[in-house]
Amino acid sequence: MKKLSYYPVNRKYGKYGGRFVPEVLIAAVRELEETYQRMKEDPNFKKELAHYLSDYAGRPTPLYYAENLTKKLGGPKIYLKREDLAHGGAHKINNTLGQALLAKRMGKKRIIAETGAGQHGVATAMACAALGLKAEIYMGSEDMKRQKLNVFRMKLLNAEVHSVNAGSKTLKDAINEALRDWVTNLRTTYYLIGSVVGPHPYPMIVRDFQSVIGIELKDQILKKEGALPEALVACVGGGSNAIGTFYPFLDNSLVKMYGVEAAGQGLASQKHAASLSAGSEGVFHGMLSHVLQNNEGQIQNTHSISAGLDYPGVGPEHSFLKTVQRVEYVTATDEEAVNAFQVLSEEEGIIPALESSHALAFAMKHAHKTNNKGSIVVTLSGRGDKDVEVVANCLEVKK
Amino acid sequence: MRLIGKTFQKLKNHRDGTLVAYVTGGDPAPKYTPIIAQALIEGGADILEIGIPFSDPIADGPTIQAASVRALRAGTTPRKVLEIVREIKNQHNIPVGILTYYNPIFRMKLDRFFSLAYKCGVDGVIVPDLPIEEADEYRRVAESFGIDTIFLAAPSTSKERLRRIVECTTGFLYLVSHFGVTGEREKVEEETIQMIKRVIPFTTGRIPLAVGFGISKPDHARVVVENGAEGVIVGSAFVNIISENQGKMSKMLDEIKESARRIKEATIQNLGIHSKI
Ligand SMILES: Cc1ncc(COP(=O)(O)O)c(C=O)c1O
Repeated sequence: MKKLSYYPVNRKYGKYGGRFVPEVLIAAVRELEETYQRMKEDPNFKKELAHYLSDYAGRPTPLYYAENLTKKLGGPKIYLKREDLAHGGAHKINNTLGQALLAKRMGKKRIIAETGAGQHGVATAMACAALGLKAEIYMGSEDMKRQKLNVFRMKLLNAEVHSVNAGSKTLKDAINEALRDWVTNLRTTYYLIGSVVGPHPYPMIVRDFQSVIGIELKDQILKKEGALPEALVACVGGGSNAIGTFYPFLDNSLVKMYGVEAAGQGLASQKHAASLSAGSEGVFHGMLSHVLQNNEGQIQNTHSISAGLDYPGVGPEHSFLKTVQRVEYVTATDEEAVNAFQVLSEEEGIIPALESSHALAFAMKHAHKTNNKGSIVVTLSGRGDKDVEVVANCLEVKK
Repeated sequence: MRLIGKTFQKLKNHRDGTLVAYVTGGDPAPKYTPIIAQALIEGGADILEIGIPFSDPIADGPTIQAASVRALRAGTTPRKVLEIVREIKNQHNIPVGILTYYNPIFRMKLDRFFSLAYKCGVDGVIVPDLPIEEADEYRRVAESFGIDTIFLAAPSTSKERLRRIVECTTGFLYLVSHFGVTGEREKVEEETIQMIKRVIPFTTGRIPLAVGFGISKPDHARVVVENGAEGVIVGSAFVNIISENQGKMSKMLDEIKESARRIKEATIQNLGIHSKI
């Protein structure tokens, strides 16, 4: 039995992952894989990335003891890993800096990316501006409506934003369009994918770049508590902030892990985005993993109040960790997330992203049920400024 | 040799190229596909490829994306497309292939898909998002039913890989003509001609070579065949006729037939006249 941190083996996490892409792209993903294997060991590359992570992105991000929230809940100590304080306001910058540096090493000057909430688009635009690359971002027209602020931010950052009107006009369609662009322009273009999804080696590369979250937090919690946390909690859209949190702890078998998916209006409503909790195995966007699909294998439309979780697939490593029962995948509804959004704002003076609010919502439920010892770390994947309008509208309707 | 291979061979003996005609199954509705197929055959199509519409067709341009949307709206399922093939095969003695993204097959499970495909008379399957390294089991099951596995080669495919792709392929090798998605194009790029020349040494004596993506006019077909490709795959040109003639069935069928006839004509007696092999 291999250690869980050893995967992928032959492009796969157990049976999940792989590279189910058109033949044209095989050369591109192989070139990327080879470059990454070399850069991973390259001291100059590592130094450059470390420099940008610290001086540009503001790492390490703090691990904050949320004392008020802890008291309110009366359970274990709750810590927040403050990715909301990273440059751009989310964990996304960890990945975009890493990949943009890779693109540069590969001599590609044009970067394309998809975005849902706009956070990955913003983080891509930032990394590209900093490194002198040209960024073009695909975004569903539906998402452009609900994340206007981020669309404007991307444009300010000198990125071009392409509106995608196909299908459900959200993240999955933005990925489709980015893939079509890549197929057409792969000789000049780097596809900077925003989560641990897509064909191998993307899920591995994005995981490795996001693992800085878990590596830092392990060190921080040991300093503060002298012990590993009882549990880690993170939200799962494609799954990058979650795997970045979990990965360095996978072989610490006593640390429990919870990945929180978006239950939207409830799993029974069909209006959700819980691929692991309510989906089935499928091949989508280049990977074998869990997807929301109908009996004929058509990919279904999803719903979540948070654009960043509104995706019918999930990273293959999560499918694997679910099957081997290393991580428990749970859900939080729109309503629970909005509630957690308000609670954290009121109790701690921190406005969390709606995505991260899903993780918080579960942690709050969970804290009630566990004994007082130990600590829970919730990854606060991003800040909520972008969501204030959506939440205001939602609360307005309820009044 | 199976039906697809024999068809290429017979035409080659007359120095003719093979016209492989694609339409999306169920576009604009399932009941029309057999009639459209008949028009294609009457126009001169030698092999038919019927597509299973998919919600997320990443290798397709706007034309076939729109066809997929129409077909799905009309309630087309993978099983219905296989039924359509059965109907076509009952009426015509012509090879019929299925083109589908992998997920509908994966969802149905390989055994069930291929046994149904076999019962419906499917001769070959093309899966644009299934590269050879993910296809071991797929090939095994397809072979057990005697169905051809048609793989794709692309402008970015290395020589070493091309050799392996040819080994995995039965029926014909599908050469993607350029970097990009499906859709009509103005002309055949010089790059495509170079590609054909590069690939021919790998396919000669092993498997027929057909070129697709962007081949939409008689001239395109002529150039490709003259340079030694044994066939052309034409899709978006026919799908556009369907799209432009919604609700005008007899005009649609006439135009499809005429378009197929003109493209077919351009392949006749032209095979390899510009290639040295
Ligand atoms: C703040 C925030 N958290 C989480 C996510 C979900 O992505 P992932 O599951 O890859 O971390 C997003 C995506 O846009 C996001 O913006």
